[in-house]
Amino acid sequence: MTTHSDEHHIISYRKLTGIWLILLVLTALTVAITRIDLGGFKVAGALTIACIKAGLVIAFFMHMKYENRLLQILLFVAVVTLAIFIGFTFFDVLYR
Amino acid sequence: MSITLQEQPTTDRGFWNDTGKTGIGSWIFSTDHKRIGLLYFYSVLGFFLVGVVLGLLLRLELMAPGRDLMSAQTYNALFTVHGVVMIFLFIIPGIPGAFGNMVMPIQIGAADVSFPRLNLFSWWLYVIGTVLVLLSLFTGGGAPDTGWTFYVPFSARTGTNVSLALFGVFILGFSSILTGLNFVTTIHRLRAEGMTWSRIPLFTWSLYATAWVQILATPILGITLVLVIAERMLGTGLFDAARGGDPIMFQHLFWIYSHPAVYIMILPAMGIISEIIPVFSRKPIFGYKMIAFSSLAIAAAGSLVWGHHMFTSGMSDTAVLVFSFLTFIVAIPSAIKVFNWVSTLYRGSISLDPPMLFALTFILLFSIGGLTGLILGAAATDVHVHDTYFVVGHFHYVMFGGTGFAFFAAMHYWLPKFYGRTYKTRPAVIAWGLMFVGFNLLYFSMKVLGMQGMPRRYYDYLPEFANLNMVATVGSWILAIGLVLMLVNLFKGLFKGAPFTGNPWGGATLEWSTPTPPPTLNFITEPVVTHGPYDYTALKHDVREADSGVTP
Ligand code: HEM
Ligand SMILES: [Cu+2]
Repeated sequence: MTTHSDEHHIISYRKLTGIWLILLVLTALTVAITRIDLGGFKVAGALTIACIKAGLVIAFFMHMKYENRLLQILLFVAVVTLAIFIGFTFFDVLYR
Repeated sequence: MSITLQEQPTTDRGFWNDTGKTGIGSWIFSTDHKRIGLLYFYSVLGFFLVGVVLGLLLRLELMAPGRDLMSAQTYNALFTVHGVVMIFLFIIPGIPGAFGNMVMPIQIGAADVSFPRLNLFSWWLYVIGTVLVLLSLFTGGGAPDTGWTFYVPFSARTGTNVSLALFGVFILGFSSILTGLNFVTTIHRLRAEGMTWSRIPLFTWSLYATAWVQILATPILGITLVLVIAERMLGTGLFDAARGGDPIMFQHLFWIYSHPAVYIMILPAMGIISEIIPVFSRKPIFGYKMIAFSSLAIAAAGSLVWGHHMFTSGMSDTAVLVFSFLTFIVAIPSAIKVFNWVSTLYRGSISLDPPMLFALTFILLFSIGGLTGLILGAAATDVHVHDTYFVVGHFHYVMFGGTGFAFFAAMHYWLPKFYGRTYKTRPAVIAWGLMFVGFNLLYFSMKVLGMQGMPRRYYDYLPEFANLNMVATVGSWILAIGLVLMLVNLFKGLFKGAPFTGNPWGGATLEWSTPTPPPTLNFITEPVVTHGPYDYTALKHDVREADSGVTP
């Protein structure tokens, strides 16, 4: 799975195109769910889709899936920190 | 670890001359952490003095009720610039940039930081950011008048040159991030042989905790500032309720950074105190592990309490409850530190040299500031004193009485090491006395005024507040006189004073084992660390060995 960072992992066109298509589908889905009334889950839905998309971009287009463990952990720490910060603002937004 | 016993400062004056390069270029393009540290030191000290002058002007206007010497608009600009200068140009870059750079690599036995060029780049970013902030005062609509917090909707609408100032602060943020990155890497990768994690001096530990906050929180400030610029230039409406935006969201974003930023200000200061207290008590520090751990705990828990600045802003009650509760949790690791310092003092053999006087003052003033912080952290009491002079008194106690005095302590503790000359003790003690008295007159009055209901950020007040305002202004003069005396005495000493050599105070951290001033590569031979940073028994042993090895 993980290769050394100095080696260059090449992702096939087929795979890249596949991911691109998934991203397009997810974008369509983002638009689609605005047509349904989800109430309080609207934000949750939109954020979930956005997270999946960002995850795909980071993992494949930005090669994070093929980087070494340390780099992955560091990115993870940053993302979790951000998630906590955003999460805590919901103590306000959700109960206002 | 071997100890060099030195009679005179090294003849080539160490890093001042040993590269053979002189002139301004050898400084502003130097990658030597000690030179960069000094560049930072003089830059931040310069801006501190600018800020002090602005503060004195504010106090002059407030000396008596009514308009004394400036218009309300000028006053608004003055307190904004005073705040921005003190926060972004002095206190955030201050200790890490100056003393962190100068001392930290030596403390862990390294020749330099991990990325010396990046280090120089940080300083240059600081300079560029500073220039932009200063430019904003004289261009566009003139000096920003929003307060240093840049709250929307006012900051999005005011005609003053807020955009440029924001952009300057944005750049300053990158400077801070790069310093943090550099320090984390250095502390992980460049420790000398034997410098285990449990032998890292507490100043370095505090910088380590600070560095993580700098890396993780500063980007959020950057984004927030860019959003306000976008609001002003593009009319994005993100913070405009009329267009579906949310002004309170700005306050969240701003304080997500700016509360942790107060730990960027105070943690390194606490590190300095943890170095000085044991040395001048001649006693190992009490609770080394807890102090190191509490730095990390403060950094982590302190990142989750930003909402305590927003109790009266219209945030939800649930959030008020959560943030108030969390704020009280941060008090625990802070108190751990204070108790450990006091326990270190207990039955120590205390000598009241200037660094120690400033360090002890830190403990007192920081405790007063910290405890009044709890009054602000408790939602019920905060509603009464929010946005009054109580707050102004509180944060000056923490930032000036705390970090400011720690900065002065560090100046008297470490600068002689880097100059090879030292100051006179008596004037330093007198200066300290003046500053201590002036400080408390100035800021204690403010706290009382706040309790009585005097609001902050106004250039005028009701006649009933006149007496205490007069006291505060007189206090500011005494403080200023003490400050001038302290600086004159210190710099006279550093440039022309008696030689300073060896380890006169008996510190056991590595910086006291290098020649004075240290050579460019810090150590003559790569150090091997054999004991902890506060192990004075082992130090005596080292010295005795070195003594017997010296041939006359
Ligand atoms: C002689 C030294 C100083 C004096 C006389 C002074 C005086 C003042 C006064 C009177 C105010 C309140 C203005 C108002 O609300 O109307 C103020 C605000 C402030 N001061 Fe100081 N100060 C001094 C030093 C410092 C230091 C060392 C720091 C930080 C390290 C600092 C940081 C601030 C900040 C952040 C504000 C808030 C500005 C705002 O409301 O946006 N000051 N100062
Ligand atoms: Cu805070």
